[in-house]
Amino acid sequence: MDSQLLVIILIDGLVYASYLFMVSVGLTVICGVQKILNVTHGALYAFGAYLTATLLIVYFEAGWPQFGAFFVMLVSAIFLGIVLGVIIERGLLKHLYHEDEHIVVLATFAAFLVLEDVLLLIWGTDAYIAAEPLMLLGQTDIAELPFDNYSLSMVLLSAVVCVILWYGLRRTTFGKMLLAVIYDRELSQAMGINVTKVFLLTFIVGSFLGALGGAYQAPAISVQPGIGVEVIVLAFAVVVIGGMGSIPGALIGSLVVGIARAAAVHMEPVLELFVIYMIMAFVLIVRPQGLFAPAKPRKI
Amino acid sequence: MKHVKGRAAVLLASVASVALIATAASAQTLKIAVPTFLTGGSAPAFGIPAKNGVELILKGINEGTLPAPYNSVGLAGRKAEPLFYDEMGGGTKQVTELRNKAQKEKVDMIVGYISSGTCAAVARVAEEVKLLTIMTVCGTPRVFEELVKEPKYVFRTVAHGTGNNTGAAHYAAKMLKDELKDGYIGLNQNYAWGQDSWRDFNLAMGEIAPDVKPAKKQQFPKLFSGQYGSEISALLRAKQKVVHSSFWGGDLEAFLAQGTARGLFKRKTFIFTVGETVAYRLGKKFPSGQLVGTRGPYGIYAVGIDTPLNNWFQKNYREIYKEPPSQPSYQYAQGVLAAKYAYDKAMKDNGGKFPTTDQVIAALRGATFTSIAGTVEMALSHGHQAITEDRWGLTAYDEEKGELVVKDVLVLGAKCVNPPDGVESVPWLKGGMKGAKCG
Repeated sequence: MDSQLLVIILIDGLVYASYLFMVSVGLTVICGVQKILNVTHGALYAFGAYLTATLLIVYFEAGWPQFGAFFVMLVSAIFLGIVLGVIIERGLLKHLYHEDEHIVVLATFAAFLVLEDVLLLIWGTDAYIAAEPLMLLGQTDIAELPFDNYSLSMVLLSAVVCVILWYGLRRTTFGKMLLAVIYDRELSQAMGINVTKVFLLTFIVGSFLGALGGAYQAPAISVQPGIGVEVIVLAFAVVVIGGMGSIPGALIGSLVVGIARAAAVHMEPVLELFVIYMIMAFVLIVRPQGLFAPAKPRKI
Repeated sequence: MKHVKGRAAVLLASVASVALIATAASAQTLKIAVPTFLTGGSAPAFGIPAKNGVELILKGINEGTLPAPYNSVGLAGRKAEPLFYDEMGGGTKQVTELRNKAQKEKVDMIVGYISSGTCAAVARVAEEVKLLTIMTVCGTPRVFEELVKEPKYVFRTVAHGTGNNTGAAHYAAKMLKDELKDGYIGLNQNYAWGQDSWRDFNLAMGEIAPDVKPAKKQQFPKLFSGQYGSEISALLRAKQKVVHSSFWGGDLEAFLAQGTARGLFKRKTFIFTVGETVAYRLGKKFPSGQLVGTRGPYGIYAVGIDTPLNNWFQKNYREIYKEPPSQPSYQYAQGVLAAKYAYDKAMKDNGGKFPTTDQVIAALRGATFTSIAGTVEMALSHGHQAITEDRWGLTAYDEEKGELVVKDVLVLGAKCVNPPDGVESVPWLKGGMKGAKCG
């Protein structure tokens, strides 16, 4: 393999990995803290994409400063994270924390279907295209090939999200409370941690990350019915590979899948479809709990 | 008491009369079930324009305002009511839907189907339940070449995919000689439609331009992948300048956006076999100088075809829906016109009496009828599969008109790009396209 191809595989792999990380990190945060496999995550991604695309179309038609588009994406994601996060957590999940986890998954799946219909009610069946930000940042030549800076910026965004999450978990009081809840919910409650509040805030953060993934992807895709379904399947694969609830797991899982997929596309394209699920199956065989599954306390 | 009984009798008689009138009226209305994508990724580019096409043509038929030869009211004099339903959900769901439409709702016919997967799933069942089914968009040749070899109730009023890819190969060989010096490469979704499209194009190129070779490795990304960074890099690295792609819907729109951001369309010429379905929606954002197909004289290729029927369709569609009609609008409307043609002809053959389904089928089998922007010949598969001319050209944005147009258009005759009756597509392509009549 020549060095040019190697560099291109690495860059393509990093870009795809950053996409995977952005769509799976919110899912893994919620999974880690609340022990919920949150199927509504796909709908949060779709809401993020729809709201952002709609606002961007209006924004660019109004002729406002172009780089403000990135602010629009952030505001959309924050708005949706808070509104939908509170509605789903307070309206549905808080009633189900003591239920069997299978019931909770089914409930989030039901909520996902409802939210998909709400999307149709609000935005209809039409597709929304708001590609202006994609063209805004220009191109960079790497290994003699042009890459769009918007896609490269997603690598940067993923790194920023990763660092903020790491800092938030390891260096803040809330993060330490969160880790305590992850380790043992009942003991944390006994120690005076307001688990209900931690759950709500975690779900809002997870929802925000899901919506942010959709918001940042909106300019690069055709925003239309069904996009949430595709994303949730991929996000599950990454979470399974990395380990349910592990942020480093989501990061490494995304990198492994992203680079393997890019290598397949360049070297043996027929394997492109196969490679993600082959990795998932392999991890499930040799390490069923995932590569970086958080440690679990032994309960007597 | 007597008075009350009398009133009740009058009331009952009135209700009975109303019911009888309603029954008589409904018996005079033909129920046409119209499956189309109302939700999901195929809705914006295919499903909704298709629905609009049916609504418009049925409005014209029911009001009797269509130009000749369709200027009579209704189908064999009866007005028609469309029952739109969603094609989403896969083959099993659509088989159930078809059975319900035939056995519970007692519709007179089905006009529709976009996905080749749906057509393949329902073809045999439509025969089994004896429901007249006119397929309108789906392109797989398998419907009549493998699944229903002796059809009675199933028709398809558009040409199948083989003709379209053969037309693309003719255009490339004739008009893109310089670009083909280093061969060609494929980018198709990894499922039946993408693989069949590539196979047909590649086989046709092998016959039409045997010196031009395909790349060793083709790209087959997952359907609905949405992320094409690696594929774009691979295409940019490839020495081939011509790329064949049967991408459609959201995948195509995402690919166009991502490819444009990386300057892909300045370096490569794409053959987008279904590209027209998103061309109007994207307008200026659709790259110029790319080939788009519509599998016939539909949508962007129908603009400027000066027939009364086409002028009526273009004018009314643009007025009502505030956008130009695209390929699916034409193809669905064409399916309804086929039904009108068959009902009217069958009634005439029946001495002016309303025809039976068998008489309608006999009228449509092997027919040649005028459609909106061309002629349709039901020439293949015992007269159940249509052939039409095929058109190919390069995209350009017309600033004056404010919409995308096609230039350097090549019109290929129906018998040039389709196999003769009785010959299956792949053997025809592999056997050197014997019997093709290219003027």
